[in-house]
Amino acid sequence: MSSVADRPLVYLDHAATTPMRREAIEAMLPYLDQQYANPSGSHRFARQAREALDDAREVVAGVLGCPPGEIVFTAGGTESDNTAILGATHRHGGVPVCSAAEHHAVLHAVQHAGGFVVGVDRAGRIDLAQLDAALMAAEAAGGVSVVSAMAVNNEVGSVTDLAAVAAIVRARSPHAVLHTDAVQSASWIDLRRITPIVDLLSLSAHKFGGPKGVGVLRIRTGVAIDPLLIGGGQERELRSGTQNVAGAVAMAEALRLADVERASERVRLRGLRDRLLDRLLAELPDVMETVGREEKVAGSAHVCIRGIENEALLYLLDEAGVCASAASACAAGAMEPSHVLAAMGVDRSWSAGALRLSLGRATTLADVDRGADAVVAAVQRIRERMPA
Amino acid sequence: MSGGVDSSVAAAELLAAGHDVVGVTMRLWGGASDTGCCSIADVDDARRVAQQLGIDHLVFNFTEDFDAHVVAPYVDAHRHAQTPNPCIECNRHLKFSRLSERADLLGFDAIATGHHSRIVEVDGRRFVARGADTAKDQSYVVHMLPQRELARTLFPVGHLTKADVRARAATLGLRTASKPDSQDVCFITHTGGRTQFLGDRIPFRPATVVDREGATLGRVDAVELVTVGQRRSIGLPGGGPKRYVLDVDVDAARVVVGDDADLLDRTVRIVGIAWADAPVSGRVRVQSSAHGAARPAWFEPDADGLEGVVMWDEPQRRIAPGQSVVLYDEDDRYVLGGGIAQRAARSAAEG
Repeated sequence: MSSVADRPLVYLDHAATTPMRREAIEAMLPYLDQQYANPSGSHRFARQAREALDDAREVVAGVLGCPPGEIVFTAGGTESDNTAILGATHRHGGVPVCSAAEHHAVLHAVQHAGGFVVGVDRAGRIDLAQLDAALMAAEAAGGVSVVSAMAVNNEVGSVTDLAAVAAIVRARSPHAVLHTDAVQSASWIDLRRITPIVDLLSLSAHKFGGPKGVGVLRIRTGVAIDPLLIGGGQERELRSGTQNVAGAVAMAEALRLADVERASERVRLRGLRDRLLDRLLAELPDVMETVGREEKVAGSAHVCIRGIENEALLYLLDEAGVCASAASACAAGAMEPSHVLAAMGVDRSWSAGALRLSLGRATTLADVDRGADAVVAAVQRIRERMPA
Repeated sequence: MSGGVDSSVAAAELLAAGHDVVGVTMRLWGGASDTGCCSIADVDDARRVAQQLGIDHLVFNFTEDFDAHVVAPYVDAHRHAQTPNPCIECNRHLKFSRLSERADLLGFDAIATGHHSRIVEVDGRRFVARGADTAKDQSYVVHMLPQRELARTLFPVGHLTKADVRARAATLGLRTASKPDSQDVCFITHTGGRTQFLGDRIPFRPATVVDREGATLGRVDAVELVTVGQRRSIGLPGGGPKRYVLDVDVDAARVVVGDDADLLDRTVRIVGIAWADAPVSGRVRVQSSAHGAARPAWFEPDADGLEGVVMWDEPQRRIAPGQSVVLYDEDDRYVLGGGIAQRAARSAAEG
């Protein structure tokens, strides 16, 4: 503990969450402090809050490239994903379909609703031939409610060709709703390219410099789904509950800035990411890049280190002041074997040593160098001490 | 740190002694659970105690090892009508093997647990000794430690009584201070019990209940659930003489019963012995259950020391095969070693 305290942390876990941008914090403060009205109220104070909410909605819609009326504010990515899967299924009947490498917010919702889970390719993207076959089977068995394909995989960073997915879904299941979990996308991909392809799209503010507990579900005009939360009828009856005005305002500001800075940040972070990966590959034997760099977003560095247990590796990185991650943690906080790597067919001798280093706006050259130093030292130490 | 009071206070004692301490909770069982030491509520308690003490807390996922080394052998033992002690196998294969290897890898000097036992030195060798609180003594369940593990294992509450432990936890304001002791096998639920757990994993086979002469007395539905020494639920009508299970023959689907005198043995053979130091022969005290009394006996190991025969001074109730049999020194102070009881010879069972 003490050895770490005197040095700043090296934060290489931006896929887990990002530091809030100062601009977003500044933007939300007035709505926590002076302007605290409930935007559904009927007085002028409430109308001011309502205006801020509408402004935020317009900014978000602008970044997505859709009308503001398609933006529903939620309490985060999981709620958006759950609403998409369960709300579409409840409304339309039939079964949901997704890939085996989806985030659990989608995967477990699909399984909960008795849906189909489709295999993935070596990069963790939904397998198009299997999707085609699954849709045919599901249509024959009673219909498909919603197909969900993530835009960017949260573990390995691979980018899905949503146009190709859409072509199959529209041909095989013309009545199905098409959803994408774009929670890992906003910092890396121009959302205007994705929005027109899909019907539903999920975002989470804390993945791009906004606050936790706020998200977006974009619902294309003319597409009907049922709400998950029922009550006062806020968000055009699609998400009841008093709106989080401060959160929405902060999210909009963070998203606007991420959109403006995306092109330059992508170039900068790709350079740092490549340097990090190149060092690991050069300095350590038996390391593989899980997904090729051309197939993934710029901030994602995911490697598998053979013969290493990532619980031990993460402990040593933590001791060196480096924040990294592996797969997702269970409710008790223990590392679970990655369902994404299992779906990709990565052998356990490699996937047990999975390490995700994810870069973001705050990442510097010094960070990636210290990160690389720490990983190399930790892996060497484990390999030296490991019983033969 | 299991989330119980003993490991909570163990961590506090280590801190007070000036050690650099990291709390670890092992995630062991990934299946259904409504009890035991790896429920989320217990991990929450362990983490909160660590926070209160100001130490780091980690959760290590050892579910695969637990399945392979504890759960699967437990099921397999029952398939062969043995009565295993999974908590001992967990100590053997997880706490003092998997976890200690991990600790080596990460650069820790020692592993401490909240067991009520102590470590003593006798002629330069280390041994697990009984805890100060004789009613709570847990030396039996940590009997398998060899010198290498004994050299880096600490039992910080072994010198305390359970009441002392609770008092110290209360003084420190730890939320586990009055938490009840865990008594259960962590992977077996209260609602389903052992019957459901095993029933989901192995096919139960009915068996004939016979007396020592082979005359049929009744039937049981699941020979895999019958334990040597058992008196109830063995398919016999009430009102008769007290009958005990003397032997379970899975292959023949036969349970042999007799009266309590038939249950007495002069010897028991034990296998797979883990010695604290070199194999020992001669006068010993022998304990065959977690809180049973240690009885005087003579122990005679085979040439390789991995198996041997306990010869009781006075005949003792038969030990169910699969149970751990632990040998203590003649004065009943510390553990010499321990093994697994083998099935009594059939000739003895059938007279």
